[in-house]
Amino acid sequence: MSEASNTRSRSALPVAFLKAHPNVAIAVVVGIAAVLFPYFFEPAAKPVQVMTEALAYVMMALGLNLIVGFAGLLDLGYVAFFALGAFSMGWFGSGFFSGAAGGEGLHVFVTGVAANLPGIHFNFLLIVVVAVIITTVAGMLIGIPTLRLRGDYIAIVTLAFGEIVGRIAINGDGIGLPGEATLTAGRKGITPVDKITLPFLETFEALDLRPWYYLALVLCLIVLVVNFMLRDSRLGRAWIALREDEVAAVSMGVPLVKTKLLAYGTGAAFGGVAGAFLASFQSTVNADQFLFQLSILILSMVILGGLGSIWGTVLGATTLAVINFYLIPKVFNEVPSKVGLNFDLTEINFGIFGFLMVIMMVLRPEGLIPERRRKAELTEGIGAGATTGVGGEEVREARA
Amino acid sequence: MEANTARMPIQTGPLDSVKTFLERYGLIALLFIMPVAYGIQDLSDDGNLARLGNNLVDGLSNGAVWAMIALGYTLVYGIIELINFAHGDVFMIGSLIAVGMFGTLGLTASSGAASVAPAIVVILAVCMVGAGLLNVMIERVAYRPLRNAPRLAPLITAIGFSFVLQNVGILWIGGSPRSSPDVIRSQSSVFEPFGVTITQGDLISLGATIPLVFLLVAFIQRSRMGKAMRATAQDPEAARLMGINVDTTISITFLLGGAMAGAAGIIFALYQTTVQFLSGFQAGLIAFTAAVMGGIGNLQGAVLGGFIIGIIQQISDNRIGGEWTPAIVFAFLVAIMVFKPQGLIGEETREAG
Repeated sequence: MSEASNTRSRSALPVAFLKAHPNVAIAVVVGIAAVLFPYFFEPAAKPVQVMTEALAYVMMALGLNLIVGFAGLLDLGYVAFFALGAFSMGWFGSGFFSGAAGGEGLHVFVTGVAANLPGIHFNFLLIVVVAVIITTVAGMLIGIPTLRLRGDYIAIVTLAFGEIVGRIAINGDGIGLPGEATLTAGRKGITPVDKITLPFLETFEALDLRPWYYLALVLCLIVLVVNFMLRDSRLGRAWIALREDEVAAVSMGVPLVKTKLLAYGTGAAFGGVAGAFLASFQSTVNADQFLFQLSILILSMVILGGLGSIWGTVLGATTLAVINFYLIPKVFNEVPSKVGLNFDLTEINFGIFGFLMVIMMVLRPEGLIPERRRKAELTEGIGAGATTGVGGEEVREARA
Repeated sequence: MEANTARMPIQTGPLDSVKTFLERYGLIALLFIMPVAYGIQDLSDDGNLARLGNNLVDGLSNGAVWAMIALGYTLVYGIIELINFAHGDVFMIGSLIAVGMFGTLGLTASSGAASVAPAIVVILAVCMVGAGLLNVMIERVAYRPLRNAPRLAPLITAIGFSFVLQNVGILWIGGSPRSSPDVIRSQSSVFEPFGVTITQGDLISLGATIPLVFLLVAFIQRSRMGKAMRATAQDPEAARLMGINVDTTISITFLLGGAMAGAAGIIFALYQTTVQFLSGFQAGLIAFTAAVMGGIGNLQGAVLGGFIIGIIQQISDNRIGGEWTPAIVFAFLVAIMVFKPQGLIGEETREAG
């Protein structure tokens, strides 16, 4: 398909090409808007901050989409990977291990303020590598117990793992490491965390959010490209095959263990990158934020956009992140009290998401921008069931 | 199987028997590690088992609540193979109804037994009906339209409803825990055999749970509707062909499960004397663990699992520290899933096998 459009674009004028391909036109406009966005605001304006966070959530949602949307493994503990990514940043990019290297601090390719502080300070790119390794391994470890299981049992095991990781994050100040250090800082959180240093660039500043925004955008683009490549690769087809019919896929020679573990591993790695970025951006690793609710927030981003659909996930993640981090707390928070109700909107934001999830699933289960194959799957059962009520055995077999 | 091992006895024999042993008794052994270890420690420290005994009694009383919630999970799973994520929150709403009714009926910690007993019966009935109808409503709105959609769809609406109910709880009593009057003086001791304190709370918790469980089991095993439920659980299509109204049967199942959760709600409020909007989520996960431990779809298993989880929690609260209890319960959940997904007394299901 891409070859066909390429040849056509060479022969026709760009305008005519865009008219024939409205999706490309939309992508170009959105792309330009995304690049110019920070220059409509002050360097440290709230919208830039919100959009930077939204981009990090887009990365996480894309990672989760890979596990849930592509491979069909419902992961309810995705926050664990966010946590591990954030802690990679906290461990290797802050003064948290103040006893490291005899109190002098361990510095690898860091410049600026951090180069003279005690603690372990790695360059951000190294930390990203560390975060990817840690989360990939963790993703695979979490995947192993679920290999024998299917469907909702997987959801429960991943949920349990997510909760265990969250508990360890909160209670980790009681777990001693050699040299008077502890595993985490508990509820106090690890703060401050190093600002990002990249080669050839100055260290990022808290007062100028534009570099942060552009870094998030670049990371997002990389994740997007990797996502597309994976989806269209042999591995991606194996994931979809497993999702559609595990028994058939395995008997066709799809290696079950490897394929599933790779889905968990790669999906987790994206969460790790986003976690490391957010930890540095917010300059804190707050153990209290790694809650089940956050896993669900990321899951609702994927569902809103359309399970398995990459552009849908991007749209869903951006929308929900803006709603959750900007519209609900900043814009509409006062609305209930203005109409005489005695609560703030922030108190019930997860109720709003819950409601959204129910509505989406009942009315438009394929999401805002549905993946074609997934849509076919979803409509197949509903048409048959309207008359019989409880599904015919064929339908049940197909989705088991 | 036998022929295989007979042919190659040296290579696979011992390993196979170890594996079979682990598969059959591994989970049970795992469950006994904590009580036995702490029992030995108690014997060597104090010379008696009073502390462990107290843990067991408190654990059973807590476990009674989990057992009742687990029954709802297991009933619903048995009939439509759905993990009803909102079930824990139905329980939470039940406990809020109970606390609200304490206030309405003017029950306080100093009310006499003569006024408390009938009031509690009334509140129990209200809680059971309220939670039961809530559960039926959830099924009607969130699960029935999706009965033929892919399996993940109703699971996701269940999570969605769980959040909606939690936020109803927030709007109702606010984000912080609310204490309820200790109308049954749950901590006052009734008798103390061998140094183990049995409190009024323990008696009421177990005294309310056990008859309700027996009633439920009797209903399912003896009544006509119970027979319809069992038939629908086995094969909904065949049940429909035999003239069973499957939709009604599923509604009744949700009604019963919700009623058990409502009863658990009032017992929880009486025994713990604090309720909060988050307790439902926690309780739901614990009770689900209990249902899986017993073998999901199996009523006796759910009750057994509930009591076992109650004891594990109590021992962990008392000896390791309350902040680690959820992690320990979840670790058990993962261990069960890995070693014995069909549970202690369950059958292999398509899902787990």
